[in-house]
Formats: sequence, structure tokens, C-alpha cells
Amino acid sequence: MFSYPTVRTSLIFVAIALVSLLFSDIAITSSNPWQDLGNFFLGVVTPNFFSSEGLMTALLRTVAFAFVGVAVGSASGFLLALVYRFLPVRIFCNFIRAIHELFWALIFLQFFGFHPLTGVLAIAIPYAGIFAKVYSEILDEADPEPRNLLPPGTGVISAFLFARIPDCWHQIRTYTAYRLECGLRSSAILGFVGLPTLGFYLEASFSQGLYSDAGAMLILFYVLIATIPIWVRPKLLPIYVLSAPFFLGEGLPIVWGNVARFFTQDIVPAPLRNGEGLAGLGPWLNDLMVNAALPGIWNTVILTQIALVATGILALLAFPLVSNHFGGPIRRTFGHVFLVIARSTPEYVLAYILLQLWGPSMLPAVVALALHNGGIIGHLIGRQTNSIRLRPDAPKGFNRYTWELTPRVYRSFLAFLFYRWEIIMRETAILGILGIYTLGFYVDSAIQNIHFDRALVLILITALLNIGIDTLGRYIRRKLALQTMPTC
Amino acid sequence: MATSFIRKLVVSSLLFFSASVATAQTFVFTAIPDEDETKLVERFQGVADYLSEQLDVDVRYIPVKSYAAAITAFRNNQVQLAWFGGLSGVQARKLVPGSEALAQGVEDKAFETYFIANTSTGIEPADNLADLADELRGKTFTFGSKGSTSGRLMPEYHIREAFGEAPEDVFSRVGFSGNHTRTLRLVEAGTYQVGALNFQVWKKEMDDGNIDTDAVRVIWKTPPFPDYQWTIRGDVNDRFGDGFKEKVKQALLNLKDPKLLESFPRSGFIPVSNDAYEPIRKTAEEIGILD
Repeated sequence: MFSYPTVRTSLIFVAIALVSLLFSDIAITSSNPWQDLGNFFLGVVTPNFFSSEGLMTALLRTVAFAFVGVAVGSASGFLLALVYRFLPVRIFCNFIRAIHELFWALIFLQFFGFHPLTGVLAIAIPYAGIFAKVYSEILDEADPEPRNLLPPGTGVISAFLFARIPDCWHQIRTYTAYRLECGLRSSAILGFVGLPTLGFYLEASFSQGLYSDAGAMLILFYVLIATIPIWVRPKLLPIYVLSAPFFLGEGLPIVWGNVARFFTQDIVPAPLRNGEGLAGLGPWLNDLMVNAALPGIWNTVILTQIALVATGILALLAFPLVSNHFGGPIRRTFGHVFLVIARSTPEYVLAYILLQLWGPSMLPAVVALALHNGGIIGHLIGRQTNSIRLRPDAPKGFNRYTWELTPRVYRSFLAFLFYRWEIIMRETAILGILGIYTLGFYVDSAIQNIHFDRALVLILITALLNIGIDTLGRYIRRKLALQTMPTC
Repeated sequence: MATSFIRKLVVSSLLFFSASVATAQTFVFTAIPDEDETKLVERFQGVADYLSEQLDVDVRYIPVKSYAAAITAFRNNQVQLAWFGGLSGVQARKLVPGSEALAQGVEDKAFETYFIANTSTGIEPADNLADLADELRGKTFTFGSKGSTSGRLMPEYHIREAFGEAPEDVFSRVGFSGNHTRTLRLVEAGTYQVGALNFQVWKKEMDDGNIDTDAVRVIWKTPPFPDYQWTIRGDVNDRFGDGFKEKVKQALLNLKDPKLLESFPRSGFIPVSNDAYEPIRKTAEEIGILD
């Protein structure tokens, strides 16, 4: 068994995670965490939907920001996908998607302030990068046959529209719909930095221990996501997309001078701005690396590796919950509900909730990342097992799980896991804003001290780290010959 | 239930539309989010109504999620007036030349930070922070917000003075709770053993009977320092007419509504100048928050 490369790779990653655990900070520091957790669940089962007059407006704004952001991102992503074969375009797309929505929001807040454009761009920019990559992969896989059959002299645009798009249309639609769901999550968490979406009210109720109010918001959010197939209809889409911009709210007017100031002064490294010249840049950068970047990178990497393995373990434990090969329909329904909740709740919200309940350490972050990502992967491979047909005399129960199904789905499980490696790292960095000492913590500290030059360097470092992990993840998937799936 | 729901829906849609007809000449102000949001909205909505009546212009309060967001909105001229802490005021006025501290609370002339500890630590109150050095070392500690004067700047300064070390080296865990109310709740619950907060928040929560005195107690009080103030942009007269700045100042100084003052909590507002905050600026420079 140990001679299998997939098993060896898995064991190496488990070993790295175990070593990381030695250096990590895992603890429950609150004195009565279970009582708080109980209070929270009590709040969820006794939701108060009438707490705040702003709740319905916030829900509307959450949907509006998601629609506009995803629409702009998808349109620009599609155009970028057409030229994705050029290296500079690929690098550009990799770069913009390596920066998390919340970091984009924090950047735009500095010069657009509380204008709707801040929220729209924060979603649209990273999403454009992701759309470009996935759309181009889908287009590349299109069957070349129809194009070869076209008469000579057919225009490039006609050929593209009539011979290529029809073949990929279904996949493009499925992926865009999936992204819309992600867009709703992104839109909701933008509230945590002050935009008028759900996160704004969620943070306020949570920090004051108003669990029934927070429970109501979470329930409304789950209902919103679970009912997407009902209210998002192809025929209604144009209406949604065209009307969404009118429901973003007015915010505060943009003062364009701020934009120029941000780019020509704020983000210029302090020594250059103060006329110390290049000589001052060395000590400045050194201070930034030693006191912020390096500790941030260290904690981000450690936390990512632990969360990655925890995600894997959780996914493997969770997939039987939704698999047809185990249990009856009632248990599967509960399994589905659990996994839907786990994957619909943004990591950021989960981590925020757990931090409030358990006190600050890496533990809430690990559990949040594992629940969300493990929920997604568990759901995907659980669904995959349903297409496996077992022999009538196949083993049952535990043996069926360990010797029949797990080995069969293990390769695609690893493919999903390494695909999400980079996503987990991006989220790990951002969780720093909540007070865990990953890169986001230092970015937030720099912004709180109005040191945008430092914040920008740290964001760039975070982006490079993500690009590095993404490349490594792709390398490992190629080495192990794992099939990659664009929709994960 | 259903009618209440419909009513709220109608009210929120009205709010939505009324927000979109607000003109460019709305006088907008904000405040650092140093306490629970419900309290802030209640307090500053009252101030907005009061100022709107006194100044004869539309006045709007916008809530923000961080101290930096308040400073940035002020700097970007998206708000023209702000209720800042000592440090955020100094940072904002440095970024906006011509801006002025207009008025401070009576209590802000000599503000204090209280160090509080969970009673399970057994730490007894002392007159000097250095006397508590042995008992404090290795404990878990929470500041308020990263940009707070009484919740971060002054406590960090005094910790560095007493120990000659950074807080991260003195305590086993250092956190930022986000605001003063949360610092109080976290130390009361034992999530952190020790914390530092705004003394007015402590007193008000104590008067309201919201503190479990068996669980948390004050262990040290800092020497006084200047804190909160109203700061206004220098260019408001160009936009709202001559003498507007003076009108705002007078309106703030004349604010006598006891309920509104109680919500701050301040006994009244008195004139102040930028120079009064020099000690804060120096302290911030000393510990590297300002450059």
C-alpha cells in the first residue's frame, strides 16, 4: 500500500501537518465555551426575524452586490478567456485572483470609500481572474470537429459563436451559476469591513451576543442560497442583472482626488515619500519583513497545512453521509442538510462565530476551514460514489467504506483537495483580520495605522504566496496524474 | 407578526428611497466604533437630529466598522465631522491639513484607562503598574481596537514603561477585542485574564448594573490623558457657507439634552484646540504608531 504515490503523498502531507501542529497555537481560551455554543444554537432555533429594520435591505443589497459583481466579473472574465493563451494575460489573471475579495475591498475603501463601486469591484476583479481561467479551460476542451467542418472563409467570430460556444454552453452556464452562489457568500462577508450587506448586521449582532438576531440572518442566508434553483431562472436573469445596479444603495459620493492621492502618495513607500531616497528603502523593507511579513507567512503556512489535512479527514468522514451506499433516505437527508449548511457558510463567518465562542487561537480557523472545505469536497465525492455500481456480494458497512468506496474515489478526492489548497491558503490569510496572526492580521494592522504602503506590500506578498501554492498544487496533481475539475 | 413584518418592510424600503434622494449638500459625520453598535446608532442618530435642527441642513450619521475607516472617510471628505478618540483625531488631523479639534467632552480633559482582571487570577489592585509586574507576566491580555487611545495606545505605553518590553513579550497571548464593551465582556468571561479599557465605559456599565463584580475588577488606573473630541474639516465653510464651522462648534457646546449627553457618557462639551493633543501625538510616535 505504501508504494502507491497517492498514499505516500498523503502521508507526507499528514506528517507536515503534525509537525505544524507542534508550532501552532491550538487552544480553547474562553472559560465556558460549551455554554456559549449552547446559547448560540439556542439563538439559531429561536430566530428573531424582526430585530432590525435594516435586515431586509441588507439581504437585498447582498443579492444586488453579488449579481452586479458576478455579472461584471463574468463578462470581463469571458473576454480575458479569449486571449488567455498569452502568458502576460495568464499572469495578470493569476495575480488578480490571488488577492482575496476582502483585501480588494480594503484597498478600494481607501479611495472610493463607501461607494457601491467598492463592493462591486471587490467581487468583480478576483472573479474575472477565476472566470478567465475556467472559461478558457472549458473552451479549450470544446470538440474541434464542428469547427473543422465549417466551409472555408467562415469569419472567426461566426466560427466561435456557432461552432465553439454551443458545445461549451452548458458547462459555462453551470459554472457561472455556481459562481453566483460564491458571489452571494463574498457579498455577505463584505459587510464585515463596512459595506451595507448581511455581514455588517451579522457582525453587529454577534459581537453583542444577540444570537437570535444572528440566527435569523444565518437562516435567511441559507434559505437564499438553497432556493437559488427556484428564483434564479434563465429567463429572469436579464431582469435581475439589469435591475441589480439600482439596488446597490447610494453610499457616499466618490471624490476623485482621493484616487490620485492614493496612487501617487499613499502607496509610495514611506522613505521615498519623505525624500530619504532608495537608501531608506532597505531598513524600511527589513523592518516590514522581520516584524510583519515573516511571522505572517509562517503562521499562514502552518495554519494552511493543518487546515488542509483537517479538511481532507473531514471530507473522507463526511462523504458517506450523502452516499447512496450507506444508510436510508432519512439519514441521507440529514447528511445533505449538514453538508449544505457547512458549505454554504463562508469560512470567514464560521471562523468569526467560533472565535467568539472559543476565544482566540488557531483552532476556530482550522475548524472553520475544515468544515467549509470538507463540506464541499465531501459533497462532491459523495455524489461521485452514487455513480459507482457495486457487485451484489460487495462487503457492507465499515468494510464497504474502507475497502470498496474510499479507494475508488481517493484519486478524485486528492484532486479536489489539492485544487482547494490555494483557496484554503487565501482564506487563511484573510482570517487574520479576525485576530489570528496570519498575513491578514498584519495587513489589517498596517491599514489601522494608516500605513497603506506597508499594507500593499503585505498584500502583494500574500498574492505571491498564493500563486506559489497554486503552482505547487498543480505540479503535484500533474505528478500524480490526478484529473482536475474546473467546477469545485 | 405578519403586520409587523410588512411594516418593517415598508419602513426599510422608505429608508432606502429617502437615502437615495439625499442631496450632495448633506452634512455627514461619523464616529469611531468604540462601543456596541446599537448604542452608537442610538446615540449618534440623536446627535444627527439635534445638529440638523440647529444647523438647518440635512445631517447624516454613517456607522463604520473600524477606527481606520472613520479616519479614511474623514480624510476622503466623505464625512466632514467626526467624533474621534485622541489618537484617531491626531492621525486624522495630520492627514487633513486645516482640520480642527472643535470640542471635547468635559471628562476628556483628564481621561483614564482602567486595567481590569478576571478575579480568578487573584490579582489585587495596586497604585503602580510595576508593582503588578510579577503577577501580570505570562497572563493573557486584550487591548480594545488597534487604533484606540484608551484601549491600545495608553495601555501599551504604560506596559512598555513598566516592563521595558513589548506587550507580546510580557503576556502569553495578546489580542484586540475590537471595542471597550467587548474587552469588558471577554475579561469578565475569562477568555482573557487581563484587559484595558476606557474608564467611562466601565463606569457607565457599572452604573447600569451590567458588570459581574465577582468576576472582574479594576486593578490599575492610568494617569490622566486627553482623549475624545469632535474634529471638523477645514473646508466646510466653502461648502456650507461662511461661519458654518463656528455654528457647528456652538451647536456642540450648547448640547444640553441630558439623555443625549448621558449616552456618550459626557456631562457636556467644552472648547478644545489641536495643541491639547500634543501629548498623544508624542506617545504615538514613541511607540511607533505614528511616524
